[in-house]
Amino acid sequence: MIEIHGLHKAFGSLDVLRGIDLEIAAGAVVCVIGPSGSGKSTLLRCVNLLEQPTTGRVLIGGTEVTDPECDIDAVRRRIGMVFQQFNLFPHLSALDNVAIAQRKVLRRPRREAGRIARENLDRVGLGDKAAAYPAQLSGGQQQRVAIARALAMGPEVMLFDEPTSALDPELVGDVLGVMRGLAMDGMTMLVVTHEMSFAREVADQVVFMDEGVIVEQGPPAQVIGDPSHERTRAFLARVLNPATAT
Amino acid sequence: MSVSETTEAPPRRTLTRRQRHRLVLGGEYAVFLAVVLAVVLLADWDTVRQNLANWDVARQLFPDIITVGLRNTVLYTLLAYAFGLAVGMVIAMLRLSSVPPYRWFAMAFVEVFRGLPALLIIIFVGFGIPFAFAIEIPGGVVGQITLALGMVAAGYMAETIRAGIEAVPRGQMEAARSLGMSYGRAMRSIIIPQAFRIIIPPLTNEMILLFKDSSLVLFLAVTLEQRELTKFGRDLTGQVGNTTPIVVAGLCYLLITIPLGYLVRRLDARQRRGQR
Repeated sequence: MIEIHGLHKAFGSLDVLRGIDLEIAAGAVVCVIGPSGSGKSTLLRCVNLLEQPTTGRVLIGGTEVTDPECDIDAVRRRIGMVFQQFNLFPHLSALDNVAIAQRKVLRRPRREAGRIARENLDRVGLGDKAAAYPAQLSGGQQQRVAIARALAMGPEVMLFDEPTSALDPELVGDVLGVMRGLAMDGMTMLVVTHEMSFAREVADQVVFMDEGVIVEQGPPAQVIGDPSHERTRAFLARVLNPATAT
Repeated sequence: MSVSETTEAPPRRTLTRRQRHRLVLGGEYAVFLAVVLAVVLLADWDTVRQNLANWDVARQLFPDIITVGLRNTVLYTLLAYAFGLAVGMVIAMLRLSSVPPYRWFAMAFVEVFRGLPALLIIIFVGFGIPFAFAIEIPGGVVGQITLALGMVAAGYMAETIRAGIEAVPRGQMEAARSLGMSYGRAMRSIIIPQAFRIIIPPLTNEMILLFKDSSLVLFLAVTLEQRELTKFGRDLTGQVGNTTPIVVAGLCYLLITIPLGYLVRRLDARQRRGQR
């Protein structure tokens, strides 16, 4: 579903990604973990070209998005993205947040867009919040509206960029619950996260990144349970047991 | 001076902080009263009333000062405002363009029209362009007024709009683009509606400024029916040899600008409380 070949990304003289190769099969859930500054988010943003890769190729379902001739708006319709800071549209109600791109991009009539928006709000457990504005919702609710907004476009792939990092701890569970449900429904997902228990439980594959390269990847039992690289072990020790790490 | 102050310091200490405050306040009131008294006693009130608030003259002004003067002032302001908003919007977009020559053009436009006196632009549009290029500006004098005042307003509004657009967080554009919206669609549906919420108070303020600047069209060749408040007031002042028409015209301006100013403060206060 997603193929990444030889991806490099530099910001000025700073090499953030230094040669990434990754393939994600349809229906697979891949979690990307790693220390901050390792390039995880940049990798995700290169997949839907929010960042333009310096070199390398990215293919989504056979379409090469890095081809200059590619209609990127058409490809982005097939890729849902969820941001760390939610990025809901503050001037629109929850319902309109989910409906607006359906109407303006997919040209769905108002009523159909509204119906699909309601279905997706129901799916994330917020059917009763359709009329609420983002400022009236908690962080966890906002992030679930953001997931509904992406799902309403009928994407083939969902990208999650640290979706729970900006949430109060007690709200993380609701968002992860929605993501777990999506994974079970067979959605192809690429998730940048610090939630190790989610990665261990839901991911088909875990990718550990550090300093712009993939250090190791494999099933969660292997990468998280029995890492073979020293850098992975050191990172997991810090994340899983912050109190005793030195 | 400083020596005598230091030597006199101990007795002054006997005044408490509060007594000193009262003394200063009393002095301020005394000065105020003296000025008011001087004006009241020295001015020749019959002459003042005769020249500035002559009822017979004032009565003659109605209803024309409203149906011609105020009406045209409002009309010119609204026309120029609409024109200026449209041009300002385009200039703001050019200013944010990724094509450098567009940005340069927008910057030059803003510098020129903010840097020149409004009166100079009005004279230039009214006399310079028609003679230099041998063209008629469509709409006659009203068209000239709309163009000249509109360009002045556009320079300011372009910068206000740009600032509003830049005040919308970057993540909004990213979210809109990631849903498949084109740049233009994201601007229209997501960014600009939010930007306008931010800039409604300064844009309303711009309308007040424009309302007052519309008085400058008195330098253009307007017909009797096209006179706005200031020209109307000045013409009648000349006819009757009395300044009352200017005073009445001034009151007509305040009739509009004071409520608008109040509205701006309300909108500003509401925004500072945070948008819902």
